[in-house]
Amino acid sequence: MSVDELMDFDEVIASYDPVLGLEVHVELNTASKMFCSCSTLFGADPNSQTCPVCLGLPGSLPVVNGKAVESSIRIGLALNCSIAQWCRFARKNYFYPDMTKNFQTSQYDEPLCFDGEVDIEVNQQRFTIPIERAHMEEDAGKSVHRGGTTGRILGADYSLMDYNRAGVPLVEIVTKPIFGTGADAPAVARAYVTFLRDMIRDLGVSDVRMEQGSLRCDANVSLMPKGSTTLGTRTETKNVNSLRSIEKALRYEICRQGAVLASGGRVIQETRHWHEDGGFTSPGRSKEQAEDYRYFPEPDLVPIAPSPQWIDELRQTIPDPPAVRQAALRDLWGFTELEMRDVVAAQALELIEATVQAGSPAHPARKWWMTQLARHANAAQIELDQLAISPQQVAEVQALIDQGVINDKVARSVIESVLDGEGNPGEIVQKQGLAVVSDSSLLQAAIDEVIAANPDVADKIRAGKVQAVGALIGSVMTAMSGKADAAKVREMIVASLS
Amino acid sequence: MTDLTRFTAAQLAAMLGAQEVSSQEVTRAHLDRIAEVDDDIHAFLFVDAERALDTALQIDNRRSAGETLHPLAGVPVAVKDVFCYTGTPTTCASKILQGWYPPYNATVVQRLLDAGMVILGKTNMDEFAMGSSTENSAFGPTRNPWDLTRIPGGSGGGSAASLAGFEAPLAIGSDTGGSIRQPAAVTGTVGTKPTYGGSSRYGLIAMASSLDTPGPCARNVLDAALLHAVISGYDPQDSTSINAAPADVVTAARSSDVRGMKIGIVKELSGEGYSEGVEARFNEAVELLASAGAEVIEVSCPHFPAALGAYYLIMPSEVSSNLARFDAMRYGLRVGDDQVNSAEQVMRLTRDAGLGAEVKRRIILGTYALSSGYYDAYYGSAQKVRTLIIQDFAQAFSQVDVLVSPTTPTTAFPLGERLDDPMAMYMADLCTIPSNLAGNCAASFPAGLAPDDGLPVGIQVMAPVMCDDRLYRVGSALERLLEASWGSPLLAQLDKEQR
Amino acid sequence: MALTNADVAKLADLARIQLTDEELASMASQLDVILDAVASVSEVAKADVAPTSHALDLTNVFREDVVKPSLPIQEVLAMAPAVEDDRFRVPRILGEES
Repeated sequence: MSVDELMDFDEVIASYDPVLGLEVHVELNTASKMFCSCSTLFGADPNSQTCPVCLGLPGSLPVVNGKAVESSIRIGLALNCSIAQWCRFARKNYFYPDMTKNFQTSQYDEPLCFDGEVDIEVNQQRFTIPIERAHMEEDAGKSVHRGGTTGRILGADYSLMDYNRAGVPLVEIVTKPIFGTGADAPAVARAYVTFLRDMIRDLGVSDVRMEQGSLRCDANVSLMPKGSTTLGTRTETKNVNSLRSIEKALRYEICRQGAVLASGGRVIQETRHWHEDGGFTSPGRSKEQAEDYRYFPEPDLVPIAPSPQWIDELRQTIPDPPAVRQAALRDLWGFTELEMRDVVAAQALELIEATVQAGSPAHPARKWWMTQLARHANAAQIELDQLAISPQQVAEVQALIDQGVINDKVARSVIESVLDGEGNPGEIVQKQGLAVVSDSSLLQAAIDEVIAANPDVADKIRAGKVQAVGALIGSVMTAMSGKADAAKVREMIVASLS
Repeated sequence: MTDLTRFTAAQLAAMLGAQEVSSQEVTRAHLDRIAEVDDDIHAFLFVDAERALDTALQIDNRRSAGETLHPLAGVPVAVKDVFCYTGTPTTCASKILQGWYPPYNATVVQRLLDAGMVILGKTNMDEFAMGSSTENSAFGPTRNPWDLTRIPGGSGGGSAASLAGFEAPLAIGSDTGGSIRQPAAVTGTVGTKPTYGGSSRYGLIAMASSLDTPGPCARNVLDAALLHAVISGYDPQDSTSINAAPADVVTAARSSDVRGMKIGIVKELSGEGYSEGVEARFNEAVELLASAGAEVIEVSCPHFPAALGAYYLIMPSEVSSNLARFDAMRYGLRVGDDQVNSAEQVMRLTRDAGLGAEVKRRIILGTYALSSGYYDAYYGSAQKVRTLIIQDFAQAFSQVDVLVSPTTPTTAFPLGERLDDPMAMYMADLCTIPSNLAGNCAASFPAGLAPDDGLPVGIQVMAPVMCDDRLYRVGSALERLLEASWGSPLLAQLDKEQR
Repeated sequence: MALTNADVAKLADLARIQLTDEELASMASQLDVILDAVASVSEVAKADVAPTSHALDLTNVFREDVVKPSLPIQEVLAMAPAVEDDRFRVPRILGEES
């Protein structure tokens, strides 16, 4: 558990400016790996997607996946980066059992994409995030640790290696130091990563699923005394596996570093690990000396020199930035600015878009995701897209309403049933007999009974006090166990009394 | 019948094609010869007798069934133990890979198999191809058939000795700084380093990726060209492979014609350090080429003296990275796994126990040359020298068609002589290294026996990138002229001595 | 510039090679000889010379993004020093992932 002294966030911000640096790793969704033809599919049997190349067997040689280069360039263009006219891969040399060659094929001082910037918005304020580089590299294998008590690496007796992920293409996107975010620093970091996620999903080059590790963020932060221009010592926080935890982890680090500095201490440059459960960071074992990676140009791969024509062609395929797209969708759907902002903040845009694509009108789609479903996600501390309901299912519920098969109230319970895993909306309505009674003779019989039981109200209505109809509708709905279309009931009561 | 091991590969191919002899007979003759002499020579680390005979049987059957086969189908070949070949241990003469069986074939091996050639086994070498004497093999040195107290060159001493010892008519080598050419020179055989990218490195266990080149070894020029043609050509599995039709080396090897060719003698590759015997034979060979109608001039390559230094920085740098994968985690030797030692400690212990002194020396040298603070002075400077060497070659090849030099400054030195003196050992590669740095092709051809010690001398011919045919034009002309003056092939003299 | 035993020990650690004190000492003196001999490269290499990493001038060698069969799992694990649950079993790891 956390043993750190923490300073109040606002107090830290009163004395220091946080400086952010974000390193985001994106796993590309190419069919095959970066340097060999093994599949990249997630979740296969251990070591079933390996070959001499990704196992680093003696004599094997890498060949670059052209699609991965294309995807990397497209990411660079979407980040408004310059694309290198000529660049090389480099070997990053260090020993670790999850790396089959004991070097990672990456890029060093010649990244494919460099010097970009993107705009994001937090609390109606615009921030420009400067991008240092976006470069290509390969992922490492995965280990499970056995023995010991925690299943963690520390205290394990031995480890088991699965190299299916070894060689999956990665793009690493690194920002320059981000200044001037003040109290918004944690929110800016979250908004930036959200931007990347949405933008990269729009490009279609990655699944960008943080929980599956296809989008990973290392969050660097340091504190600079107000009025100073000297950067403080930074920490790098890893294991930040959701958008929510980016914000929380940075807030924690800012408070922790603030307390260290306030007590006259010195922030140690180190890697820290975010613990989602406890909501704190802990130090990694500090290295005795800075790692010397002995980078040098990868001799087994030839340089990449994208032609201007190729880059131009790829530029044509870059979709609008999320903000532009959001504005267009807002117009199309007729949402207010406030509604749209809430939708974006709740990560509901893609879900609503998919729901609309599945046939639902826009406003009901927004209503479902932003009310009942949002409450569920909040209660479960998960993202909306992790709920056990798909946009198609939401659209189906709305269609059942629009067709008059169920009413709003029943629809809400159908949604609950879908979330409980009871099946698709149509099946649930059928199984539970939730469809409204459309048989007019049954309805008429219930109406006649209610009129007979309430002669005074009936008289008032006959006398022209139509608003009194409400009292009768309620009784009819009760008599029908809620399975009636209220509008139709009203129509039939009025007809019966005129 | 004349001993089948004394025929050239071209002759064997013709006899096999005419079904005058079976591949099984040819293969058995070579296996018998290996059994007879390899205890002394130790050219082979592994003899794959059963599979060789089985392949030979299949080839004989297919041929007698009337199938059209590759001309070299059924001809035996030995393969340096640096190439992956399924079903044979592939060790690079290192304990760290002892007992490792690769699950895939090197492209070069696959091409031999596709041509129907019979792989006799894997030949000895300096560990991970690091050395010039084959004394760095973890499994004992190979001896030079010309004088069993002397080195057969290295790193491909096993392949060269298997040819000189008549254990194989053809062999495959790999050349990073001279590992095909220098052994060829000191054993009186032919060895070619093709253009870098002209023959695939896929499945060649890397020493220095930007320099390594697979190539043919043979007893005569035409045989080398025939094997060269089998193994060369584009391979999509090697990103540095050249996607263009290779030069027609076989036609060149049959031409024996240097009339009108311009030949440049590299001024910097002579003088101090070169033995008199080597220089004498080299000069005679050049005179013969001139007498056959070539124009010979002297050419300066001013940066060649810096090539050795650049090589001994670039090569170890790449070595330090390429050999990092031998870490006891996934294959090969594992030492010290006692359930207490960490993975890190097991790596250290395994690499200490499994790697020889020269390999460790180069790994540590390379680690130093790449380390922060030293990169620019060492690796960075060496890469600049590499540029200068390429410029020297470009300048020279604008004046002449080929360049010539001795292949190695001295003849075969005695076993053990340079083991404790790394720099003296490294000097053996003085003349061969520039072509590895520049990527152009080069070959070593027999130039006769040194008058002082009676040991073979090699002449090196260097040609521009993708002009490998020029090597064979010069080599075949020289071979014709020299054999006319000797009255027989050079190796026939060794054979006479041995009988 | 002479390499000390401590320098060599640090390099050996980076290269994951265990060396005894005697090995360290002899390695240090051998490396000094070699480094002396190769030092001339920095004199020859002028600032205005571009470095060469690849002998040939090839660029843009790409593969199609097509999946081909991987190795059968038995072959993947056949040469492993230790295997458990179709994974490579390795001793406990001290360092952390980078």
